[in-house]
Amino acid sequence: MKRLIQTLMLITATTLAAPVVSAEQIVVYSARNEHLIKPVFDRYTQKTGVEIKYITDKEGPLLARLKAEGANTPADMLITVDAGNLWHAAQEGVLAPLESETLLANIPAHLRDPQKRWFGLSVRARTIVYSSERVNPGELSSYEDLADPKWRKRLCLRTSKKVYNQSLVAMMMERLGKEQAEEVVRGWVANLAVPPFSNDTKAMEAVLAGQCDVTIVNTYYFGRMQSKDPAIKLALYWPNQADSGVHVNVSGAGITRHAKHKQAAIDLLEWLSSTTAQEMFAGLNMEYPVNPEVETAPQVQAWGDFKGDDTNIAKAGELQTEAVMLMDRAGYR
Amino acid sequence: MRQVIDQGGTGSSRRSFCARQGWRLAALGIAAIVAAPLLLVFSGWLQPEGEVWRHLADTILGGLIVNTLLLLAGVGIGVLLLGVGLAWLTTLCEFPGRRFFEWALMLPLAVPAYVFAFVVLGVFDFSGPVQTFMREAFGADSGLPNVRSTGGVITVLVLVLYPYVYMLTRSAFLTQGRGTLEAARILGLGPWGAFFRVALPMARPAIVAGVSLALMETLADFGTVAVFNYDTFTTAIYKAWFGFFNLQAASQLASLLLLFVALGLIGESRLRGRARYHETSRTSQPARQPLPGYRAWLATATASLVFSFAFLLPLVQLLIWAWSVLAEDMDGRYLGLLGHTLMLGAIAALLTVSGALLLGLVRRRHPDRLTGSMVRVATLGYALPGSVLAVGVMLTFTGLDNFLNLLSRLIYGTSPGQILGGSLFALLMAYLVRFLAVAFGPIEGGLNRIRPSLAEAARTLGATPYQVLRRVYLPLLRPGLLTALLLVLVDVMKEMPATLLLRPFGWDTLAVRIYEMTSEGEWERAALPSVTLVLLGLLPVLLLVRRSGYGHSRGRKA
Repeated sequence: MKRLIQTLMLITATTLAAPVVSAEQIVVYSARNEHLIKPVFDRYTQKTGVEIKYITDKEGPLLARLKAEGANTPADMLITVDAGNLWHAAQEGVLAPLESETLLANIPAHLRDPQKRWFGLSVRARTIVYSSERVNPGELSSYEDLADPKWRKRLCLRTSKKVYNQSLVAMMMERLGKEQAEEVVRGWVANLAVPPFSNDTKAMEAVLAGQCDVTIVNTYYFGRMQSKDPAIKLALYWPNQADSGVHVNVSGAGITRHAKHKQAAIDLLEWLSSTTAQEMFAGLNMEYPVNPEVETAPQVQAWGDFKGDDTNIAKAGELQTEAVMLMDRAGYR
Repeated sequence: MRQVIDQGGTGSSRRSFCARQGWRLAALGIAAIVAAPLLLVFSGWLQPEGEVWRHLADTILGGLIVNTLLLLAGVGIGVLLLGVGLAWLTTLCEFPGRRFFEWALMLPLAVPAYVFAFVVLGVFDFSGPVQTFMREAFGADSGLPNVRSTGGVITVLVLVLYPYVYMLTRSAFLTQGRGTLEAARILGLGPWGAFFRVALPMARPAIVAGVSLALMETLADFGTVAVFNYDTFTTAIYKAWFGFFNLQAASQLASLLLLFVALGLIGESRLRGRARYHETSRTSQPARQPLPGYRAWLATATASLVFSFAFLLPLVQLLIWAWSVLAEDMDGRYLGLLGHTLMLGAIAALLTVSGALLLGLVRRRHPDRLTGSMVRVATLGYALPGSVLAVGVMLTFTGLDNFLNLLSRLIYGTSPGQILGGSLFALLMAYLVRFLAVAFGPIEGGLNRIRPSLAEAARTLGATPYQVLRRVYLPLLRPGLLTALLLVLVDVMKEMPATLLLRPFGWDTLAVRIYEMTSEGEWERAALPSVTLVLLGLLPVLLLVRRSGYGHSRGRKA
């Protein structure tokens, strides 16, 4: 026992001090999952020799940490999975504006911060999934239409606590105005067959099992289920094609204000928007590349082309708080 | 107690006085470490957030409070019945399979609540295999209850949290010894009378400690309720933080949670009043009552049912899922994950249990108000939602860092950057803050049952305080200490929010891996790290059962 304690104390002592960061590396705080960033980082390290260190966590804690660390932060780059979070990080002043021709050229204007503090790296489309057994796609038209009484007891939704739905409703508020958006959300709640689910996959499983007929999900969740069962009795529908287009969001990144390896981090960010990296970054999670030059993966291509909403997604961040309040008022849990 | 020490100290030098106060100062230090992040949480009130409050009060707050109270009541009653009942059966009764269930019923402790929650949903929800089978066999109305309901959440939490009560109560029953109960029976009490009027009141501190751990965890839980989309008070905290980007309002809400717990604990100790429960003499293992006939089998059936649902079911389901992804997900990194998980668990357990022992002993020596409230503050950390506590600890250390950097700039003209933030030390402190209550429960329970006269006698016979600790307290506290070590070790290995936020680069654990998978809804891929974690959690349980004859004082002098 005594020896064990001694050994433990020795190990503790040698590892206690925070590690020293050397020159040839970049430090990333990421809310995007490890298995979606590590392969891309590994490729970059292979190519350039620059080491990339990262920690993953939810956006809230990471941002709180970045803010608290202030000038002492080891982080050079922040990656998150939702535009609202990027907007908020910029708002808190932890991201630095960048002048980069490459980024401006590779990334369409509506998928990055007008003030150049953050940049979308992959696009996720939040669309309608329906039961191919019980729904005729002709019945479907738009997100708003799902509030119509014809969908009573036929709708399943993921919880309003997920930021993807908060962004969806925020963009709807921007498009339709507050009152009408609230009407739509109330309609959704009235049409729910069962209380909201904790994730998109569960909502689709409910459609599959016959608890309801339609739901709203990010396409890559559908892609995962389809990969497991190619004959799955679910299908994607692209709503609002006659007007605003499908709601899209981004997973993106920004360089921190107090980055210690600023140029190295900018190089990485530019590379991430390039053709090689984009294919991998989006492909790993069946998302859409932001760079219009890059082809989407074959499985994703098979879902067909769609018109996406081209309102600047910074709006999703600006209106998020109001959107959450709206959903609370409408009783959308 | 105090008089004895003072008598012993009449001839002693100033040094021993310092040593005595030194321990008390050390305890004060521990309390301060815990208090710092808690104070930061309360400091949220410095900035009023009227709009968020008005909105919450107008819309969801009422419902959330009702939900939370329902959950607390359900979980409280559930863990009390299951924990105390099973502890009674396995320590004081004899039934088929008793020797197996004695330790097997602790195993559900190794299953993280959030993992159990997604297993239960996967198996029993409408789209899961059980209901699908029932629908196919019996038509549309299968008659099965909806699992995504209040009852479902309560059941899940009771099954993962009852081991706290079970383990604490068990060590209380075990140390009660044969004499007390025999005396009660001789004095004319029936078996039920002896249970309710003697055994139960004597085990009350342990039972209370166990139930309050379970309730604190229920209050702080976010993972399990999120899987069920069951909104509780923590939902409001996270909504304020992630939805409204308002950490201040989130801290304000969290501080109310703390206040509620503090009041509850104070209330309980008032109710308990000045009653003290010390055993009169230590005897061997209490005599087990063989249960007659069908009752013995009923006991076996109950224990099997609990064991199957709380442990076998998740284990088997996780193994099935893990098997399906084994080829693509299993890689060399698992060894590193295992190593980190175990190492963090072991160091944190030793640290936390030592801290708790120190607090317990200091409070015993100094039964004054100040020490009492110090200890109370030090054990509040468990009631805070993990992420909020993690941020509190993070803010404490980055604050210290910023201060040190400022100092260094003033003196040396350069700033060293991060020192404590992002270090292993900060993470270990976070574990200490969070799990001190877990370690303190069993130790306090054990201390309360030791008669003060024992230590007094030892002192009178010339033993030094260190000798009293080593030769009186530690041996008598053994079951409590082992329970505390085990609970903290397993809890640290399961811990997610603080590990995520405060781990140094590269210090990924199994819980981190589970987070990576579940945060994007990939339950099946989360099964591999989860099942590894469960199996790893079994290790210390089995080790303790084997090596130390945990709880079996049979043939041993305790």
